[in-house]
Amino acid sequence: MDMPRHNALVPAPYRVGEVYRELPDTVTLRLVPESGGRPPYTPGQFNMLYAFGTGEIAISISGEDEGEGFLHTVREVGAVSTALARLAVGARVGLRGPFGAGWPTAEGSDVIFVAGGLGLAPLRPAIRRALARRSDYGRVAILFGTRHPAEMLYRQELEQWRQRLDVDVSVTVDHADALWHGNVGVVPALIARTVFDPKNAVALVCGPEVMMRFTVSALREAGVPDGRVYLSMERNMKCAAGLCGHCQFGPEFLCMTGPVMPFDRIASLFATREI
Amino acid sequence: MKDLESILREIPFFAGLDDKHVRLIAGCARNCRFETGEYLFHEGDPASEFFLIRQGTVALDVVAPGRQPIVFSTLAQGEVVGASWLVSPYRWMFDARATTPTHALGIDAGCLRRKCEEDHDFGYLMMKRFLPVFVKRLHATRLQMFDVYRKN
Repeated sequence: MDMPRHNALVPAPYRVGEVYRELPDTVTLRLVPESGGRPPYTPGQFNMLYAFGTGEIAISISGEDEGEGFLHTVREVGAVSTALARLAVGARVGLRGPFGAGWPTAEGSDVIFVAGGLGLAPLRPAIRRALARRSDYGRVAILFGTRHPAEMLYRQELEQWRQRLDVDVSVTVDHADALWHGNVGVVPALIARTVFDPKNAVALVCGPEVMMRFTVSALREAGVPDGRVYLSMERNMKCAAGLCGHCQFGPEFLCMTGPVMPFDRIASLFATREI
Repeated sequence: MKDLESILREIPFFAGLDDKHVRLIAGCARNCRFETGEYLFHEGDPASEFFLIRQGTVALDVVAPGRQPIVFSTLAQGEVVGASWLVSPYRWMFDARATTPTHALGIDAGCLRRKCEEDHDFGYLMMKRFLPVFVKRLHATRLQMFDVYRKN
């Protein structure tokens, strides 16, 4: 959604309506506006969350709360994310957004979701959208890789998706012992095992940038055109209004034209170390 | 019942091989089946036979004293199990264990190596098939080692 720039810089007050413990260092916050309704959003967009007294960071929207609020999944990494992840129900936060470009709807195509680690969070609203309107799509595959079975985000929801007969869900971990009966290996390796029509497929990819590079390589090898591969690019979002330039990626301001970008638009920059 | 040549032609790994080469490989191949938990081979054993999975999944693991075996890769339908048969001293460096009922083609490694030596064109053709598989696994292993999902 395009916001007038003067409004885009003013946080709106939200309350923590619920805290869902996902992992020992990761929570999902249900944030409810103190007044008025939640603004509309597109899956893949982000909000700027302000932990009062600590600072503000960009966090992708990981779901919605039946039209009333946003879901944000936050991992304790730095000072602000730690402050946000430790908020209690009823605590107040500032919220600006939603900002940026989201995932394409990709209706009529086969859709391959490829998520690594916490990268499942920005993809979750797009996955829910595709599953809610399943007949609008061809084949749907969800490929998810994480570090270890104990670090699996949204495990319960993954199991629900897996029980459906109209979606191909593959989960892999990088490290496991013999008690884990699932797949061990990296998520790009799952692409060659997945049945889809590469020329009519759209791939939505989110995870650490190294993982996305390997994934793009596997998608190219499978025959998916670069223009049908979408990546969520993570950079240092500050103003989120295209003013400060902290999120600059070559000629792009990712807070405006991203974070979701078609790969053909950024291919020449993707492996450039200085950018 | 299908003969080995027909089965080989259905495996994508061997797609496009001419009849003569399919016959050469079939002469070294056998059908085999492993139950869940059964080992295809163990670390340290002679790498005398490698496998192509027709159906099922196989975990590759290493054993460390006092710990559960560490699984570092799971292989599925169409994938090759084992690389140590290609390089001296031809001994397995890890265990391979079926994690579901698994149908595979077992290829006698000594037999295939001998045929590659006798017919270098065939040997080169085989190398061109196997090398990309192993290079991709090397890349995947590097990605695993980067531990990209760890907290910075």
